[in-house]
Amino acid sequence: MATLQLKGVTKHFGETQVLKGIDLDVNDREFVVFVGPSGCGKSTLLRIIAGLESASAGDLVIDGERINDVGPAHRGLAMVFQSYALYPHMTVEENMGFSLKLAGTDKQARRAKVHETARILQLEPLLTRKPKALSGGQRQRVAIGRAIVRNPSIFLFDEPLSNLDAALRVQMRIELARLHEKLDATMIYVTHDQIEAMTMADKIVVLQGGVVEQVGSPMTLYHHPVNRFVAGFIGSPKMNFLPVEVSDVSASGVEVILPGGERIEVPVAGSGLTHGAALELGIRPEHLMLDERGPLAGRVQVIERLGGQTSLYLQQDDRLMTLMADGDVAHRVDETVRFGFAPRRAHLFDAEGRALESLERHPLTHIQRCDNRAS
Amino acid sequence: MRTRASGRTVGGLRSLSLQAPAVTLLLIWMAVPLGMTVWFSLQRYNLMMPGMEQFAGLENYHYLLTDPALWRAMANTLILVASVLAISVVGGTLLAVLYQQEFFGRGIARVLAISPFFIMPTVSALIWQNMMMHPVNGVLAWLLGLFGLPAIDWFSSYPLLSIIIIVAWQWLPFALLILLTAIQSLDDDQVEAARMDGAGPLAIFWHITLPHLKRAIGVVVMIQMIFLLTVFAEIFVTTSGGPGLATTNLAYLIYLRALLEFDVGGASAGGVIAIVLANIVAIFLVRMVAKNLAS
Repeated sequence: MATLQLKGVTKHFGETQVLKGIDLDVNDREFVVFVGPSGCGKSTLLRIIAGLESASAGDLVIDGERINDVGPAHRGLAMVFQSYALYPHMTVEENMGFSLKLAGTDKQARRAKVHETARILQLEPLLTRKPKALSGGQRQRVAIGRAIVRNPSIFLFDEPLSNLDAALRVQMRIELARLHEKLDATMIYVTHDQIEAMTMADKIVVLQGGVVEQVGSPMTLYHHPVNRFVAGFIGSPKMNFLPVEVSDVSASGVEVILPGGERIEVPVAGSGLTHGAALELGIRPEHLMLDERGPLAGRVQVIERLGGQTSLYLQQDDRLMTLMADGDVAHRVDETVRFGFAPRRAHLFDAEGRALESLERHPLTHIQRCDNRAS
Repeated sequence: MRTRASGRTVGGLRSLSLQAPAVTLLLIWMAVPLGMTVWFSLQRYNLMMPGMEQFAGLENYHYLLTDPALWRAMANTLILVASVLAISVVGGTLLAVLYQQEFFGRGIARVLAISPFFIMPTVSALIWQNMMMHPVNGVLAWLLGLFGLPAIDWFSSYPLLSIIIIVAWQWLPFALLILLTAIQSLDDDQVEAARMDGAGPLAIFWHITLPHLKRAIGVVVMIQMIFLLTVFAEIFVTTSGGPGLATTNLAYLIYLRALLEFDVGGASAGGVIAIVLANIVAIFLVRMVAKNLAS
């Protein structure tokens, strides 16, 4: 239905530059998620795409046509706002039909379109209600319905689930994913929640400080983050970081000395590294394993038992490391445990925070969400 | 209170004792004067003939209701109230939208636009009479002169219109103040959603801003109505109700009866009629506003 290209998009608010040259391709029918900490510019970027803000420089191209100077209503986009932004004095039906009414669609066609959309979203019994008489999840669906009615080429979502409680959020997440499949539309979704990004995206765009840090499929970002920021931001709980020292570089990887003095070889490209160089080793909590002969030791500070899994927070030198273990581990607070990890699971970052390239690609990285579901 | 079985009467007594001062004050301030007004309206009571008071039944009312001056005054009152309301609500809404926009010097412009409300009615009437509408020295006469048009003697040619202009000038800022505050609480997201839905500035005003202001407009209408029914100073200072009865409203008619003719009985009857009129208007209005506030 639609593709979108951003070419060198920047945005200034007075002296502050919030977007520092964004280049991005969004393919047809793709579900793209912008994710980043608050203030990273992701909402501004979405508003520029929507036409609610203008870009200071750069081009926006939809289906090969430059749309910088096209008004928000004529870009063929629809947006779902974080606050839903329903019109409080209109019924659900009037809310959903407002754009059609403004476009001069006749009453019958309007009614048919609204009812058809309401059926998809199971809103039919609510059509005569005012937004005030709806629950949070229902308002959310009305806001989505209002977007669908416009039949847009691209859907924009600005943190649409952040006002819902946890259970409803999971449910709406599934509904949105299903909707994406059903409507076959291009969707751009802004969130600060990396779980929403991981579960829904075909392509994740990680933003920080107005710069795109990395673009890729969820599995690419998880297994092959290009820098320390992306590695720390994607994945929950957060990745652990340890200072290490290079002891040897070979064709099969880089050998480093862990804080405990043990040596391990991580399969990454280490050309240009010298003996004794300081690096940082990143390892995810779910890849750490309790192991009596493991190279690392730590004292248990806190135990969080989730039932199926247990998080152990371990004091290792002056660091607090997180370890995701099986639900049945019997360790107690203040015990000292030894643990280790498979070297191929580790990441190495240089002094500037850039990741050293892994020698083997993870087999799932090019699998898309949709293909995954089909198989 | 529902949880304590015996608490109901105790709480009732206690709250009654706490309400008593307010209720007493209201009685003294409202019920007593009202009762006295009704009592006087049934008396033949003229200050020029002290000691001659006697019960007159409904004679005062009969005299008043058959007096063409009363109907003229009522019509003037309604025209004045309706016109000033229309001007201040429509003008106030448009100005509120204007002053909501970002422009250089907005803060100062807002203060200037609201300041007429702080001027005493007598003073503003004098300003309009002597500086704006004066046929020789007035700003309006000078403006007309610029176009080669003859000056207008406002107070003799268009007396009621002149009063309406003066009163509207005073009350427009009040409407602006309330509506500006209301418009600031309009959710930006709603406006942006409407823009995405294809609404231009006019459609946004009509479909989003105006419905949002509905309640505030109701409040403005109700409060202004209360004060506009009793406009007096502007008339007293400028036209003294004339020429003839052209600018006499109910408040001024009561003043004429009571203080120029010393007819306390007749003036009281006029007062009672004014109360009835105000209540008829208020019942409709309060219902309308209450419905608005409830929904």
